[in-house]
Amino acid sequence: MIDTPTQDAVALTDRAAELPPAVPAAGLSQRSRARRRRAVLAVARLAIVVVLLVTWQACVRAKIVDPFFWGEPQGVWSTLVDWFTVGTSQGSLGAQVVVTLEEAVLGFVIGSILGVVCGIALGRVRLLSELFAPFLKAANSIPRIILGSIFTVAFGFGIQSKVILAVVLVFFGVFFNAFQGAREVDRNLIANARLLGASRWQVTRDVVLPSAFTWILASLHISFGFALIGALVGEILGANEGLGLLIRSSQNNFDMNGVLAGMVLVAVIALTAEALITLLERRLLRWRPPQSHGGAAVE
Amino acid sequence: MPAIELRNVTKKFATADGGTYTAIENLSLTVEDGQFCAVVGPTGCGKSTTLTLISGLERPSRGEAFVHGEQVRGIDTSTGFVFQQDAVFPWRSVLDNVAAGPVYRGASRSEAAALGRDWLRRVGLSGFEDRYPHQLSGGMRKRVALAQSLINQPRILLMDEPFSALDVQTRAIMSTELLHLWDQTKPAVVFVTHDLEEAIALADKVVVLTAGPGTVKAEFEIDLPRPRVVQEIRFDPRFTRLYEQIWEALRAEVAEAYARTTRMAEVAS
Repeated sequence: MIDTPTQDAVALTDRAAELPPAVPAAGLSQRSRARRRRAVLAVARLAIVVVLLVTWQACVRAKIVDPFFWGEPQGVWSTLVDWFTVGTSQGSLGAQVVVTLEEAVLGFVIGSILGVVCGIALGRVRLLSELFAPFLKAANSIPRIILGSIFTVAFGFGIQSKVILAVVLVFFGVFFNAFQGAREVDRNLIANARLLGASRWQVTRDVVLPSAFTWILASLHISFGFALIGALVGEILGANEGLGLLIRSSQNNFDMNGVLAGMVLVAVIALTAEALITLLERRLLRWRPPQSHGGAAVE
Repeated sequence: MPAIELRNVTKKFATADGGTYTAIENLSLTVEDGQFCAVVGPTGCGKSTTLTLISGLERPSRGEAFVHGEQVRGIDTSTGFVFQQDAVFPWRSVLDNVAAGPVYRGASRSEAAALGRDWLRRVGLSGFEDRYPHQLSGGMRKRVALAQSLINQPRILLMDEPFSALDVQTRAIMSTELLHLWDQTKPAVVFVTHDLEEAIALADKVVVLTAGPGTVKAEFEIDLPRPRVVQEIRFDPRFTRLYEQIWEALRAEVAEAYARTTRMAEVAS
């Protein structure tokens, strides 16, 4: 349904890391060579972006690309500057960003907590999973984004309908990972904890949860993307403020530069959130050997 | 009253294709208080299953398991268990791993930490309290596992090929240290291994199991004097004599188990 920008970015970085060093610098120490290589890579990446934008702009100038349909980099830039300095048609840009962020963060936090609690509970209690697994599988297979229409009608144009849509989108990814994580716990670890005297609840808290965290954190990376999509789609379907509404009204005015400018802002938010989640992951998974990768699947 | 008693126990498992697999059959075993019993046998003879029945992790399909005269009906926390693979908690520091048992048994954090430090000193890991298991060598992780188990002063200690993942030298050193630690609290030990040399060096009694389904083939008293140094005891002429005797009993079973695996390989290929 939805692709996340972060996955692509990671794949690109990995591929870039495999490139041979651009300048074979003889006589340099290992470390300074590595630093030099990183710098060359950063410049090369920047150059790619510049080339793409310049080509785009040149195509617009040469009338190969119609900016009415596709926008143009200069126009996007001036729209952004305009939003930052003068403000948007809906008020200050800051207010729009804050509203969308609030919806996405609330949806992300509530959805993740619900997902973890339900996933661990169903992973630990067999009867629960036997009862509810078919329903959850069915619910996961429907295109949940459509629920946005219902939520907008039922909960109105305020923040509530967007948060609920974000929760629904976030929940399933986190839930299935937490569930799988709770199932995959090393049986020896559970046996050991029980022999050491841990109660069932203590086993869940001290063994199952930390063990499942590798899986859960892998899903959180993608879940914030889902939360943002929930907030934006909710706003596009009907809202009084927010980045989604800004994009929607740009579309209504045939202002493609406005749509693209909104997209750039959303991308910046998503990348910032991704960086924060990576920090959280490093903090929580300190106990893991550095070379191991969390190879958890999502959904 | 013996510390551990298995009376004619049989354990069957359901297999994936709907059949049953008999791991052990009519196995009887007695271990006295403070006795160090080693169980040897070929691969797949149900050595590990025996331990899960004593610990209460599994119930016997037939027969009864008793610990200090009481029938085993569930997990008994007066039993210590050292697993073949690492079973220390990778997300806990060394100290938190060792202090886990006392905390679960209701000690306060500070009491448990003090006790944990004491046990880390006993296993020679002072100064490593704040490390995570992945930062330790295999031998050091085994010491953590030993301290984690022994800190609870178990009256019964079950060990499932605990040193099989270690290199030969580390293994001999760890065995000697195990004897030293065992001497401090003297629990009844059941030590499962496929290494006969290790079994004789450590134990008061060596039990030989048959190729699966496992049952007791023979028992041997090991009257070598204690304290023993595992690295050197094999030079004792009595050690060699015992080794020959027990190997005589074990050889046929090992050959049988090996023949089975090769037959299976032939069928599969």
